Amino acid sequence: MNVILDPTSESVPVTRQLTPRSGALSGRVSLLDIAKPRGNVLLDRVETLLRERHPGIEVQRFSKPTFTKPAPDALRQEVRAVSDFVIEGLAD
Amino acid sequence: MNVLPAFRLSETDSTREAVFPGEKPVLVAFVKEDCPTCREVMPVLARLREAFADVVDMHIVGQTVDGNRVLTARSGVPLLDDSALGVSFAWSVETVPTLFLADESGRQRAQLVGFVRDEWQALANDLASEQELPPPEIDWSALPAWRPGCGSLSVDPHNEARLRAEAEGSPLRARRIEIGSLDDEHEFLFDQGFSDGLPLVPPTPERVLRMLSGTRRDAQEVVALVPPNLAAATVEKIAINAVMAGCRPEYLPVVLAAVEAVCNEKYNIHGVMATTMGASPVLVVNGPIRHRLGMNMGLGALGQGNRANATIGRALRLVVRNIGGAQPGGTERSTLGNPMKFTMCFPEWEERSPWEPLHVERGFAAGESVVTAYTASSGPVLMVDQDSRTASQLAGSFGLALEAMFGVKQHYATDTLLVVVPEHVDTLWRDGYTKADIRRRIQEVSARPISELLANETSATGFKATYAEGRTAEQLAARIPKFRREEDILIVVAGGEAGKFSGAFHGWAIGDIGSVPVSKAIDPWM
Repeated sequence: MNVILDPTSESVPVTRQLTPRSGALSGRVSLLDIAKPRGNVLLDRVETLLRERHPGIEVQRFSKPTFTKPAPDALRQEVRAVSDFVIEGLAD
Repeated sequence: MNVLPAFRLSETDSTREAVFPGEKPVLVAFVKEDCPTCREVMPVLARLREAFADVVDMHIVGQTVDGNRVLTARSGVPLLDDSALGVSFAWSVETVPTLFLADESGRQRAQLVGFVRDEWQALANDLASEQELPPPEIDWSALPAWRPGCGSLSVDPHNEARLRAEAEGSPLRARRIEIGSLDDEHEFLFDQGFSDGLPLVPPTPERVLRMLSGTRRDAQEVVALVPPNLAAATVEKIAINAVMAGCRPEYLPVVLAAVEAVCNEKYNIHGVMATTMGASPVLVVNGPIRHRLGMNMGLGALGQGNRANATIGRALRLVVRNIGGAQPGGTERSTLGNPMKFTMCFPEWEERSPWEPLHVERGFAAGESVVTAYTASSGPVLMVDQDSRTASQLAGSFGLALEAMFGVKQHYATDTLLVVVPEHVDTLWRDGYTKADIRRRIQEVSARPISELLANETSATGFKATYAEGRTAEQLAARIPKFRREEDILIVVAGGEAGKFSGAFHGWAIGDIGSVPVSKAIDPWM
């Protein structure tokens, strides 16, 4: 019997469940731009369409400082606190 | 007095057990059959056993099953089976025979190493008189005055590291994974997803312990939190990956410093791994350690064939993969990837350079050993110039070649690491060119008017076409060099003595939005 040592972090990721989908769009919708080139062009168009088709909702815009790094904690917390829905432009 | 470790051992080929300590004083002898001195003292041990049978326990501990059988057959006394060597190791037996005398609570009273007749006789006679017995009937004069012992199997290099790992107080804490005896261990390592696609050295406890001998740092010290999972990389976990990569223990401090460097927030290994662009760390090693590790800084320095160059870079990548969790298709999403994602590490040939080496330019002392992590998206791209005979021409060629980085119109977009080869060094230095002169010349030659860098029908890269709106022809004639700052041109020397082909690593996103080169001292990790 050969024994080796585990080269991984041995951590078990938390399994997160999706928030239940209501099937309806309402409340506060946040559009998150990761700052990749032309991501804003896509999100501008999404915002226009949302406002046309769902006049009752509130649309908010957020941007990451750079696409190369995870969003700063403060931004993540803010988006989470003020949003019912988030659409993130993940670029390519 | 020293309390000897308790044990319980079975006799070879028997279920009878011996327990230490017992209820009486005890003699414990460690022997192995292939040691001539052990064979010679076996009759003495048998006589002692008989003479003290009622008052002293006698345990003869043998180190191999087959050898115990032979010794028992010859001497008529049973031997305890320590073929696992756990007791020999726990008792720190370095030589066989070693004879211990202990009291009933397990405290050591005497320890005789090898065979010195007078010592053995004195111990036997003293023990007899203490127990109010006649001296044992042994013809001491028929025995040699002195015989050296042999090495205990528990200090044999094949066994010692395993025993250390198994013993209490082992520095190892990683989960142990048992590979079935019918499984191929190499296939198992592939199946578990630990590999970069090439075979791995199985990280057995023995190998990991040997790897840890390369540093004085505590095995459980956390070197860094490795993105993307921000998992704690202990010295032990990094050592495991270094074993798999094929490193020797003396490489470990370089790997530890490299992990520290890339996990620095400015370096941004998270983005380097995640980017679709296909970036990868390039490690440059400076200082005395280059020679101690036998790294290749000459012919083929950026290629294959040198163990240190190849495995240090690979170990870093395995750390990021296995500890950090960056795996292709997961959070590593390079569109094409590049071969540097297997490994890329080389030393600067400081002795062949007339200029300050990279680490000194970056604030370290010349005598320090340092690893610098730079991020490349491609390279080494050759700058072929066999014709220029002046420094101005040659550095000019560098500038023209570098203009192609990312695309000719993309200025201020990235940085570069130039690897200048010896023949080019000589051309540059003959005209007294410093590194600053090389940088200045590259910027001069690569500067282009904004008007040439505007998006147009040929290519939409560069300045947006709308940039020209409202600007005068004079404003659009302003020349923009390739690099935002001269310090975005890093320069080192390496390569074979023949060939006028310097190399350029092309960078990735730079500054706060990308990756900034980070240098870390290696010596603190020794």
